[in-house]
Amino acid sequence: MIIDVNVSLSRWPNRRLPLDETSKLAAALKQNGVSQAWAGTFDGLLHNDLAAANKWLVDQCRSVDEKLLLPIGAINLSLPAWEEDVRRCHELHGMKGVRLLPSYHDYTLEDPRFRQFLSLLAEKHMLLQIAVRLEDPRTQHRLLMTKDVDLKPLLTLLSDFPHLPVILLNAVSSSAVELHGQLAAAGKVYFDIATLEGLAGLERQIQSLPFERLLFGSHSPFFAFDSAKLKLQESELPAQSREQITYLNAVKILEELC
Amino acid sequence: MARLIEVADRMQIERLVLFMGAPFLIAPTPEQFREQNDQVLQAISHWHHRAFGFVYLNPEYEKESLQELDRCVKDGPMTGIKLWVAKRCDSASVDAIVRRAIELKAIIYQHTWLKTTGNLDGESTPADLHALASRHPEASIICGHTGGNWELGIRTIRDLPHVSVDLGGGDPTAGLVEMAVRELGASRVLYGSDVAGRSFASQLGKVTAAEITPEEKQMILGQNLRRLMSPILQAKGVRL
Repeated sequence: MIIDVNVSLSRWPNRRLPLDETSKLAAALKQNGVSQAWAGTFDGLLHNDLAAANKWLVDQCRSVDEKLLLPIGAINLSLPAWEEDVRRCHELHGMKGVRLLPSYHDYTLEDPRFRQFLSLLAEKHMLLQIAVRLEDPRTQHRLLMTKDVDLKPLLTLLSDFPHLPVILLNAVSSSAVELHGQLAAAGKVYFDIATLEGLAGLERQIQSLPFERLLFGSHSPFFAFDSAKLKLQESELPAQSREQITYLNAVKILEELC
Repeated sequence: MARLIEVADRMQIERLVLFMGAPFLIAPTPEQFREQNDQVLQAISHWHHRAFGFVYLNPEYEKESLQELDRCVKDGPMTGIKLWVAKRCDSASVDAIVRRAIELKAIIYQHTWLKTTGNLDGESTPADLHALASRHPEASIICGHTGGNWELGIRTIRDLPHVSVDLGGGDPTAGLVEMAVRELGASRVLYGSDVAGRSFASQLGKVTAAEITPEEKQMILGQNLRRLMSPILQAKGVRL
């Protein structure tokens, strides 16, 4: 059983991906033993009408398999009235969480709107995903260059939101190992394994982050799903810890939202 | 080395090609690349049934590089050459190394990247490799990392049948393997892990998840390298 917390629907802006049709992606996820995938939308990167993008996301998830695909709406804090997008995600669509893409939306986590946003999510008992990166800067299109999200400002905010689950997607490849440990200690901060690298990388990762804060994430369909799954094979892990990473930690996050 | 083999075993990886030692040196002196090659020779000394070595050279030192090539390949167990980022490979100073590699039937692995964020001064692009490979159609050359920006790398070296691409060293981006097989043919595509900077898993997943045939996957995961290395292994009397 796997819960994949890092999946996206729709098209990558400058490339067709083998699994960028929702039905095809869903079939591949099922075939790989995924029982639930937390799905955002690539439309969130560049679209300004996020209400439409999030509605499309919900419709796609429902059209394929409502139990398999859990929609995670996109929020852009640099857009006017972003609060209304949060409200619709929560009240209209019944979403469990939303995803921020700060690199593509031109703000930092020092922005006062980010604190307001955290307060709103905490009130609504929603989870937050922050995409720290989506693509290696070295391979980005010259006209779509973005930097990784600077997570340091988050550290000072977490103490005010002790119950808010914050999932940092595609974060663990960066060199900020010390900061990640501090973030995990300061709040309910989680990391997915999509960008985890190195020989037996999970064995190394648990030396700086507890099992309880690691989640299975594939970054499909941008990444090949097998790359995340094979990481579980490359590292020797106790069975309990393996289950925590692959689904128990994610289940607990959802249970504690209620 | 034992740890590397232990983890490779978990992934059913039978053989490894090793090059370079520690620490990473982008412009090693002759003394330094000899020391790094000694590290590799030591590492493979008890694992000849599991690992091959490629000799790390710096074309800035042509004479010393040729001597090291002879020490490690002609007179030693190594089977290929690793060229990294000391000097761009379109330079004429690389030609003597390639000519000697052809004589020895050694494979040449040239690191290539075309970084949107900008390359190092001595870092080769796929276009640099194209220039070099065009001058040496008899050489067996691997375009390391498929040029990083692989859609551009594949296009750049497509017309050179003696150039293969290594899939390792970049994110496990979906579609890479499919494009490489479509444009180059599966026979010119090689699995590489770039471990320990990367993992066996993330790079293996590129191949296992690709929408290609099982036969093409087998070629990429081992048969192609076996074919490329056959001439030098036969010359050395090694049977796989």
